[in-house]
Amino acid sequence: MGTAEITNNGERLIVALSGEIDHHSLKTLRGVIDVQLENYTPRLLVLDFREVGFMDSSGIGLILGRRRIAESYGGKVVVKNVSGYVEKLIKLAGLGAMISKQQEVCRK
Amino acid sequence: MIINNFMRLIIPSRSQNEAFARAAVTAFAAGLDPTVEEINDIKAATSEAVTNSIVHAYADRIGNIEILARILEPDIFYIRIKDKGCGIADIKQAMTPLFTTCAEGERAGLGFAVMESFMDKLRVTSKPGKGTSVTMTKRIKSRYEQN
Ligand SMILES: Nc1ncnc2c1ncn2[C@@H]1O[C@H](COP(=O)(O)OP(=O)(O)O)[C@@H](O)[C@H]1O
Ligand SMILES: [Mg+2]
Repeated sequence: MGTAEITNNGERLIVALSGEIDHHSLKTLRGVIDVQLENYTPRLLVLDFREVGFMDSSGIGLILGRRRIAESYGGKVVVKNVSGYVEKLIKLAGLGAMISKQQEVCRK
Repeated sequence: MIINNFMRLIIPSRSQNEAFARAAVTAFAAGLDPTVEEINDIKAATSEAVTNSIVHAYADRIGNIEILARILEPDIFYIRIKDKGCGIADIKQAMTPLFTTCAEGERAGLGFAVMESFMDKLRVTSKPGKGTSVTMTKRIKSRYEQN
């Protein structure tokens, strides 16, 4: 099961993904994220992959779909904390430029 | 090639079986003592092929998916994922990175690209109306060899 925990400060929406991202869990994840994205139209959406144990190309679809929505209102999407394996997949998809190098301060 | 071990699994094309299928296959592949990276590669490739059968082959119905995995002596992992779904008319086009017939479902069109780059060999055979078979192999380098 893939899950998403959301922190929203209006400007910036941080989505901490966890578990396994595949075609099955995608439907739930998409729903949870898009409600926030469409209601708050944050300038920056941060997709945090630290706790993601597995993903396949469905995860790429998730990133691209959110980017499409964000760009439709002038927002931006970055991905962070991508592990070796998730990074390999993101780079295979040609999305290396979306990886944020910035260290985020964890404020919960 | 000598078949050292094999397993056969038949599952209905329900999306909750995606996680089960890749867990079962990776548990079987563990017999070759793969590295974490090799296991992730097999897991992703399996997930892509099984998902394709669920999403594309049986787009509007539930059908069976057959997974056959083999360990070929001494160090080759073999997997075949077969469905009796709609089939693929133009395999070359289907395998082109970013090509998808299901953009509204947010498919990235990268399933075959993942299978191709994470496994050593990929072979797709398909007949429209009859179904599709995806065969992949990967050589598992022993930990000893990698050190
Ligand atoms: N098992 C299958 N049965 C029928 N069509 C398939 C199958 N696998 C793949 N396809 C076709 O090949 C295309 C590309 O597959 P893939 O690279 O996995 O991308 P995606 O699944 O994101 O569309 C699919 O959009 C579909 O048209
Ligand atoms: Mg696919």
